[in-house]
Amino acid sequence: MQHRPKTFLIGALACALGTSFLAPYLNPYYLDVILTVGINIVLAVSLNLVNGYTGQFSLGHAGFMAIGAYASAAFTLFAAPAIFPNANGWVTQAVFFLALLLGGGIAAAAGIVVGAPSLRLKGDYLAIVTLGFGEIIRVLLRNVDSLGGALGLNGIPFYTNLFWVAVWAILTIYVVLALVHSTFGRGFLAVRDDEVAAEAMGINTTRYKIIAFVVSAFFAGIAGGLYGHLKSSIDPKGFDFMRSIEIVVMVILGGMANTRGVILAAILLTLLPEVLRPVAEYRMVIYSLLLIILMLTRPQGLFSFRSNRPSVRTP
Amino acid sequence: MPEIQANLLELQNVVVTYGVINALQNVSLNVSKGSIVTLLGGNGAGKTTTLRAISALVPVKSGQVLYQGEEITNLKAHQIVSRGLAHVPEGRMVFSNLTVLENLQMGAYLRKDKKKIKSQLEFVFTTFPRLQERAKQIAGTLSGGEQQMLAIGRALMSEPQFLMLDEPSLGIAPLLVKTIFEKIVEINREQKITILLVEQNANLALEISDYGYVLETGRIILQDRSYSLRNNPDIRKAYLGG
Repeated sequence: MQHRPKTFLIGALACALGTSFLAPYLNPYYLDVILTVGINIVLAVSLNLVNGYTGQFSLGHAGFMAIGAYASAAFTLFAAPAIFPNANGWVTQAVFFLALLLGGGIAAAAGIVVGAPSLRLKGDYLAIVTLGFGEIIRVLLRNVDSLGGALGLNGIPFYTNLFWVAVWAILTIYVVLALVHSTFGRGFLAVRDDEVAAEAMGINTTRYKIIAFVVSAFFAGIAGGLYGHLKSSIDPKGFDFMRSIEIVVMVILGGMANTRGVILAAILLTLLPEVLRPVAEYRMVIYSLLLIILMLTRPQGLFSFRSNRPSVRTP
Repeated sequence: MPEIQANLLELQNVVVTYGVINALQNVSLNVSKGSIVTLLGGNGAGKTTTLRAISALVPVKSGQVLYQGEEITNLKAHQIVSRGLAHVPEGRMVFSNLTVLENLQMGAYLRKDKKKIKSQLEFVFTTFPRLQERAKQIAGTLSGGEQQMLAIGRALMSEPQFLMLDEPSLGIAPLLVKTIFEKIVEINREQKITILLVEQNANLALEISDYGYVLETGRIILQDRSYSLRNNPDIRKAYLGG
């Protein structure tokens, strides 16, 4: 990836297209788990841009996800039938793509609104502000009756398939890696390493933080859209504080600023509760215990073996 | 002693407060073009705050900062860098997870001319050959003195006309301190870069500088040519060890 980003992108997209033909042969349960894994990769890798590479601490990722989920679901439920009556085949796919972009775009706009004032804060303070933002979104959605209130939106068409999830997961990974490996992107790492020195070098640190925040919010919005069109029903409770925590855990467990590790952690933490299903009522207890043990034994991140700084190719 | 020329930097009655505490109280000072000026004073006298106020890392409450005759008070930090002021912060703040070369490239962040960046890089490498040897090394693994060289080199990458150095000798092996001070003089003479130096090591600072200011609890209590300061009995007693 580091050395041939374009080749990686094209190769991975081709693989995505190829594997999507396998979907009909898969057991629906496995397919659902695989799609959830993919959505979680989008969420974790995008959050890693803020929490890992830029060194900020956001706890509001579920809020952006909720915005994306509601915006895209509202589009396919209310707007699309009016604009494209009798849509089928390719048109539905295009409608879905538009819906996702709309969800991501509105989430990104929300990222600017939240980020611009709050990214002047640091560490714990930023965490609290973003946490508050996530809760505001949730409470707001519960009280807007046209969006279903506490019941949420139901009957969202099942548009999410293996192809779209793979495409967006790959795009997220590509964008985040291309960004932090670029000369421009070194600014993110500089902001994380030493904000004062970065500022003294003439780096507009606030701008970098906002860019990281907005890119990350965009992909969270996309993930929300994919999630909504996978589960067919969304409600405000699904985007609560715990959802944000889950994503933060993936980033921490994978190792901050370690995209490969974060991807693996997203896979692992999505599969773990599924694997533990047979033990039913003890499932979440064991899951939590495992998290504690992992954090105690590998605080640097489960998959962090070497120095995980991105290397920038030098001219 | 160079000819005293027009002021490159001028502070007029600058006041900086941290909450209710006055860190700087009506500080006025001049740095003439091409000179090395040093700020002396004990801990908490306001030396670092003065530098931070100039590069807008702390807000100036009242008073003016003039650079080349233009007011730069409370511009944004990155706007100030683009005008040719560079600041080497206290405590060798290098980007510890980036390599030496990447750190230097960050220093040229606001420069777009690739050729000039390259020639500037060569200049930094000839000034500090050690940095060239370690170009691919992660900056956090350098020794204290090497990190200081890197911090200075990084600041030079922005092609400044005016360089502010905050305690370059802090926590560095004595042998390296001497090298670093020689380099500071070299940068001043050969690159015609004006230097404002904050130092605890008053002896050394007065030796290489042209003019000195003594700060005490946020006020300038004394200013003179460095040569005269060195022979001032009060200064000798307070800062030069008798």
